[in-house]
Amino acid sequence: MPIKKIIIFLTVSIAIISSNANATEECFEKVSRSVFKFNMIFDDIILEPVAKGYNKLPKPIKTGTNNFTSNISTLLSIPNSLLQGNLKQVGHATGSVIINTTVGILGFLNPAEKLGLNPHKEDVGQTLGYYGVGPGCYFVLPILGPTTARDSVGLIADTFVDPFAHITIREKELFGMSGNALDYYSLRGTKAVDFRSNNITNFESLEKNSIDLYSSMKSAYLQSRENKINNSDTEDDEWGNLDN
Amino acid sequence: MRRIICFISLLLILSNTAYAYSSNPKDFINEMLGETINTLSNKNLTKEEKAKFVEKVAVENVDIEALGLYTLGELRKSAAKQALEKYQESFKKYFLKSLTSRLTDYSSSKFEVLSADKKSASYTIVNSKISPGDGSPEFKIDWRIYTKNPDKPLIRDLIVEGLSMARVQKEEFSSILSSNNNDINALINELEKFLKK
Repeated sequence: MPIKKIIIFLTVSIAIISSNANATEECFEKVSRSVFKFNMIFDDIILEPVAKGYNKLPKPIKTGTNNFTSNISTLLSIPNSLLQGNLKQVGHATGSVIINTTVGILGFLNPAEKLGLNPHKEDVGQTLGYYGVGPGCYFVLPILGPTTARDSVGLIADTFVDPFAHITIREKELFGMSGNALDYYSLRGTKAVDFRSNNITNFESLEKNSIDLYSSMKSAYLQSRENKINNSDTEDDEWGNLDN
Repeated sequence: MRRIICFISLLLILSNTAYAYSSNPKDFINEMLGETINTLSNKNLTKEEKAKFVEKVAVENVDIEALGLYTLGELRKSAAKQALEKYQESFKKYFLKSLTSRLTDYSSSKFEVLSADKKSASYTIVNSKISPGDGSPEFKIDWRIYTKNPDKPLIRDLIVEGLSMARVQKEEFSSILSSNNNDINALINELEKFLKK
């Protein structure tokens, strides 16, 4: 897709989603609920068994894998922290990637954390949120899961600002390094398995105790995004109103 | 006879004080969690005994009524009194069942209470972390403690890694209500269905 078309697409999309659309509003709930069911089947048949198998690996391997994927993901935080004007976070993210990739043996170790570098994970969806772009309506993507209009635009835009996507999906060279699309999708897949394996109990508990799992997942996703944009846990004022 | 009276008196005293925890929010969570985890991981107790214990602790230390009203959202202001009472009754049973299940899921984990942050005269957030027994990475759980009565703190919410469980519950209920014309009876039916599972 030529750059011009992408810019037009992004501008139109942002114009649509920056309206007063409320994230609790659904884009197309019936379709999303069907996609959610499909995702649950995919999870039952593929993701969960793989995650359970992955959990049986020795802890150092799992920690190393988590560090490795996390280090590469931090690359995306550098341009986004810069776009948000958060220079402190640019320093944390850049320092963390440099130290972990070199001293931390390609990112399998995390010495940067011990040095006090703690980069926040930032993406284009969060950057748009930082500039006041509303989430827009909510929907569920096959395999990728819950999202909003803003975050789905962000997801596409991520591949244009992420240095790792630049050298893999676009097969460009950066500091003498290059890769291919398979590297990019393998990393995304590994990250998903790692995340799922860390949340086996949480998912099972939520599934068992929900009377509408779709809505529980939606709430969890929206709260999580809200917290990431604000870089803090959100407070619900309604608790204060309860006693009035 | 004197011995029996002494024994009964002792039992009565114990049953009244067994779950009385400190009024300091941080100590309150520490003591309550410690006792709950110890009880749930006690292999000599039956499932029913554990459930009974959790129920008793929850009834005495969680503000279930306020939680029920909060999760109902705006409907709590317009619902008929009788329907609201019926809802609260079902909600209490639902809450106790799901809480017992959730705590049992995490009974092999280690909890550590870290700090407390007084937000207002009515609320203190107690920060804790949990290290799952299955080796998964630790995660944080914050406890929203209602301290309007400083002598009797009550738990109103659990915030797991920044996600408010009460809010998840409220939005889950809101979805059920909005797809049933805001009919509180539809929500009560769903709660009853869950209880029969």
